[in-house]
Amino acid sequence: MLRYVALKTGRAAFVVWAAFTLTFVLLFVLPANPVDLLFDPTELNTVPPEVREQVADNYGFNKPVLLQYADRLGHALTGDFGSSVQSGRPVASAILDVLPETLLLSAGALVLAVLAAVGIALVATSTRRAWVRNVVEALPSGAVSVPVFLSGILILQVFSFKLGWFPAFGDDGPRSIVLPLITLAIPVAGPIAQLLVRSFATEFHSGYVTTSWAKGATRGGIILRDVLRNASLPALTIAGITFGNLIAGSVITETVFARKGIGRLTQNAINTLDVPLVQGIVVFVAVSFALINLFVDLIYPLLDPRMRAVVEAQK
Amino acid sequence: MITRRLQQPVLLLAWLVVLVVIGWAVAPQLFTSYSPYAGDTAASFAPPSAEHWFGTDRLGRDLFARSVYGAHTTLTATLLAVVIAFGIGTAVGLIAGFSGGIADTAIMRVVDVFLAIPSLLLAMVVVSVLGYSTNNIALAVGVSSIASFARVMRAQVLSVVHQDYVRAAYGLGVGRIGVMLRHVVPNSLSSVVALAALEVGTAVLAVASLGFLGYGAPPPQPEWGLLVAEGRDYVAVHPWASILPGVALAVVVIATHRISTSFRKEHSR
Repeated sequence: MLRYVALKTGRAAFVVWAAFTLTFVLLFVLPANPVDLLFDPTELNTVPPEVREQVADNYGFNKPVLLQYADRLGHALTGDFGSSVQSGRPVASAILDVLPETLLLSAGALVLAVLAAVGIALVATSTRRAWVRNVVEALPSGAVSVPVFLSGILILQVFSFKLGWFPAFGDDGPRSIVLPLITLAIPVAGPIAQLLVRSFATEFHSGYVTTSWAKGATRGGIILRDVLRNASLPALTIAGITFGNLIAGSVITETVFARKGIGRLTQNAINTLDVPLVQGIVVFVAVSFALINLFVDLIYPLLDPRMRAVVEAQK
Repeated sequence: MITRRLQQPVLLLAWLVVLVVIGWAVAPQLFTSYSPYAGDTAASFAPPSAEHWFGTDRLGRDLFARSVYGAHTTLTATLLAVVIAFGIGTAVGLIAGFSGGIADTAIMRVVDVFLAIPSLLLAMVVVSVLGYSTNNIALAVGVSSIASFARVMRAQVLSVVHQDYVRAAYGLGVGRIGVMLRHVVPNSLSSVVALAALEVGTAVLAVASLGFLGYGAPPPQPEWGLLVAEGRDYVAVHPWASILPGVALAVVVIATHRISTSFRKEHSR
């Protein structure tokens, strides 16, 4: 068991280190003149050479690449990714500042998405009418097909402009988060629902369900007591995909609804080519992804006895 | 089999949608008589009508014409992205799965890293380094999807290399490269092709999303994501200006997903 934990932890650490290295190469080595990236592109021609020289010095661009790399890696290990070019604030605090907004949005959207996905899977499994099942099973692939910016604009148009139920923009008060939550939940719910519908169907036709039928259990009882418990666990395996969908979705959602958050911060950082901030965000996302996957890897054997056997056998 | 497939009306409709949109991309002038660039400012923000199917935008340009011409930009970028992801991803997965050992481990750890960064985020970073243009969007979307192709291809190769016919080929004295090209590749490709079909829809979405965020074609040019973004500022008063091009985009993605599902079902049969 200890070896399994060590192996998984090592892989997570490697992913984070490699993400740092990858972004270093992409952002600091590949651009022909990384100093240019530190200035506003429209003002680039007006920057005097001596200022450029000084900035290059400050950021260490005059040092050999390997030395720069070691320097940045050393600082990054202590959580220091330098300062944002635009605001001059430390990257870490710029990220931590807007993190609560995005955490709230993604956590809420995730809860909503899981509820919707379980609902879809329950209806698809329990209904006896083929057409209801067909309609319900088409929902998840519809959810992943509609671009987030379109669903956001549609929801905005109907519930804010037409009906006036919710404010359109901004992030003050609990009412303003309702529409972004729904917008973000749609693309996140899609893949979870697809997986649940499949695993519900598989479990529903398995041996222990036949036994329950034979013992006189009702359809609803079987689905809630037997199938739901056994079929929900595989949803953990797509935690990484779900996380990616939440991040990508929040970039678009926060843009459409003009909300503060990691997504907006990312977009601004990319737009202004705020290189240290971009690197900080990418590494932060990679760390979160690695931690989530590590958590799932470690907790899965505890939840599923069959996996425990596999892990034990690997010894 | 073909006839049975055509009996499914939804699938038939999906193919029809895809064919029409490919037609838009190849020969836009056949589908609309309006120019995507020249507008009549007197007729700005006209609602959808028989004359202007999708209405007109701020400059009085016909939005249906802009959607039709936009198909060329968006679909070319999508095609390029899928070709990049498919080509490189398949090659990487093949090398990893076929050579095994340290090479396999090393390649797959690198693939893990690419999977750890959400593809939209990775694509945004790549575009920011390369500069804003539709071609760079295509490249970025392609690069960010290489990892998933590599993983699927590797899994397929691993399941094929231990088959009896592969061992038999070795036994007959066929070299490693010969076995790889003649036996392993053809037998591993089918599920990667199914993934490519799915990736078309995903790539259209990614290209349009990056276009929406403003990383693609510069404004006068029509591109689906950009069309939605341009209409977005007026959504309160003139909702069709962003919603109709967006719906056209969504219909295309739904159609490609439906088609890729039919591929997958056939594959698993």
